[in-house]
Amino acid sequence: MNNIFTIFKKELTSYIKSPMAYIVAASFYTVTGFFFIASVSDAFSEASIRGFLAGAVFFLIFLSPALTMRLIAEEQKLGTMELLMTSPLKEHEIVIGKFFASFAIVLFMLLGTLFYPIILLIFGVPDLGPIFTGYLGLILYSSSTLSIGIFASSLSSNQLVSLVVGSGILTLLTFIDFVSERVTGFLGTILNELQLGGSFSVFDTSSFGIAEKGHFADFARGIISIYDIVFYLSISIIFLLSTILILETRRWR
Amino acid sequence: MIKISNMSKYYGDYPAVLDVSFSIEKGETVGLLGPNGAGKSTTMKVMTGYTPPTNGKVTVGGYDIVDKSFEARKQIGYLPENVPLYLDMTVKEYLHFMASIRGMKEGISKRADEVIDITGLETYRDVIIGKLSKGYRQRTGIAQSIIHKPKILIMDEPTIGIDPVQVVETRKLIQSLGGEHTLILSSHILPEVTTICKRVLVIHDGKIVADDTPNNLSNRLQSTQVCEVSITENNDVNFINLLRGQDYVVDVRSKFDNNNEHKSYIIETSSNIGAEEKIAKLIVDNNIGLHKLNSLPLTLEEIFLQLTSE
Repeated sequence: MNNIFTIFKKELTSYIKSPMAYIVAASFYTVTGFFFIASVSDAFSEASIRGFLAGAVFFLIFLSPALTMRLIAEEQKLGTMELLMTSPLKEHEIVIGKFFASFAIVLFMLLGTLFYPIILLIFGVPDLGPIFTGYLGLILYSSSTLSIGIFASSLSSNQLVSLVVGSGILTLLTFIDFVSERVTGFLGTILNELQLGGSFSVFDTSSFGIAEKGHFADFARGIISIYDIVFYLSISIIFLLSTILILETRRWR
Repeated sequence: MIKISNMSKYYGDYPAVLDVSFSIEKGETVGLLGPNGAGKSTTMKVMTGYTPPTNGKVTVGGYDIVDKSFEARKQIGYLPENVPLYLDMTVKEYLHFMASIRGMKEGISKRADEVIDITGLETYRDVIIGKLSKGYRQRTGIAQSIIHKPKILIMDEPTIGIDPVQVVETRKLIQSLGGEHTLILSSHILPEVTTICKRVLVIHDGKIVADDTPNNLSNRLQSTQVCEVSITENNDVNFINLLRGQDYVVDVRSKFDNNNEHKSYIIETSSNIGAEEKIAKLIVDNNIGLHKLNSLPLTLEEIFLQLTSE
């Protein structure tokens, strides 16, 4: 536990000192701001954060790996992994410490977006239920995207490779409905279940954030489904475990 | 402290270290000597638990490096070859971090100040490591390896890539550490190992070819001695034939030299007979102009050649 905290603290300090976290936060606010404004600025529009959720879910595909690409790849590149691995540290302590540091940054980033519901409360009468579940979903969703990002970071010592692979996996899991819709039977069901984010029609201003499919859909509608919670937690755990496994097997090569 | 028996390490099919056995007692200072790619770093990586051996058994401080890796790793302070540092941390932050991941819980600040004093980093305490020169980065690396007062100190090529003044200082620093720790360092520079270490393990092609004190090793090796002379040729005398006529000369070869004024020769003689004096006298007696005469230390390649052809 102590070791996890030591790694966590080190990564968090590193995030605060380096420009990447600020760049990611700035782009996140810019993009989600656009989506939020676009979704509520029409006449008679709905006082909801669905526009924001649509933008957030979509752009975390790129922003999460940007945040996590450094975490393990850089240790490999600098050779500091050798120091970590020859210290009395367990692989899972390294990975979990790093994961929670990136998670803390995202939570902090989401804290800033509470600005949007506050605007809704001032100028309208929003339904607070879906706002709450939206945020809950977003927190769970980002834990999945971050753990996929960390997994990608452990694959090579090149941060750019981590970014591309991480975004690649996330993009695939987001747009998997293009494939799953055209596959029938058992395989189709499995592919359908793998849909990570909602199938938001992000570029269609008339149906902002109206998610029909994917594990985020219920959260956006205001439903807390244990099934979706378990899905996101499983994805996080599976990818974190794979990362730990990669670090362990790297010793044996 | 460290016991290695029949250890091999393969990278794929390539054997980096092959069936190596040795043991190191408490308080010894041991140098691993060998050219690049001989298997020094690999041996160290196995000893520190970074990578497990393919075959054989390695125990560190009584703990098996594979089965009881955690306990074994606690005994070790390690400075890897490329001196890995977090470039965005200050020296102090880095030392604090390293101390806590190495399992120190109390007195980290006090110990960090101590190590900063030992390594002479006082003025750079709060400087970001990325801004330090290579020599000071090296010191920071050494500082992190001793911060948790390890019983065993393992340093991989600790003086590589720093300027000569810093090399001398770093060697002194390492020498002073030898007293309190069991010290193992690797190098491809013979004098470095002989000044710091009381025992030398020579590694070549993944095998240990010699295990001795530096003195014994050099006595054993220097059955012959090599010197280089540079002369102004006297046309009446064939210098090479003259030298070959002497009983103490083993071999003479002419050295290609751009300088036409003087000609250079490499002369191999039997050792411990004052060959330089004899050659000098010979040259003067034959009215040859002596320009330069110096004895050459054995190069590492020659040492390995001798050790491996024994």
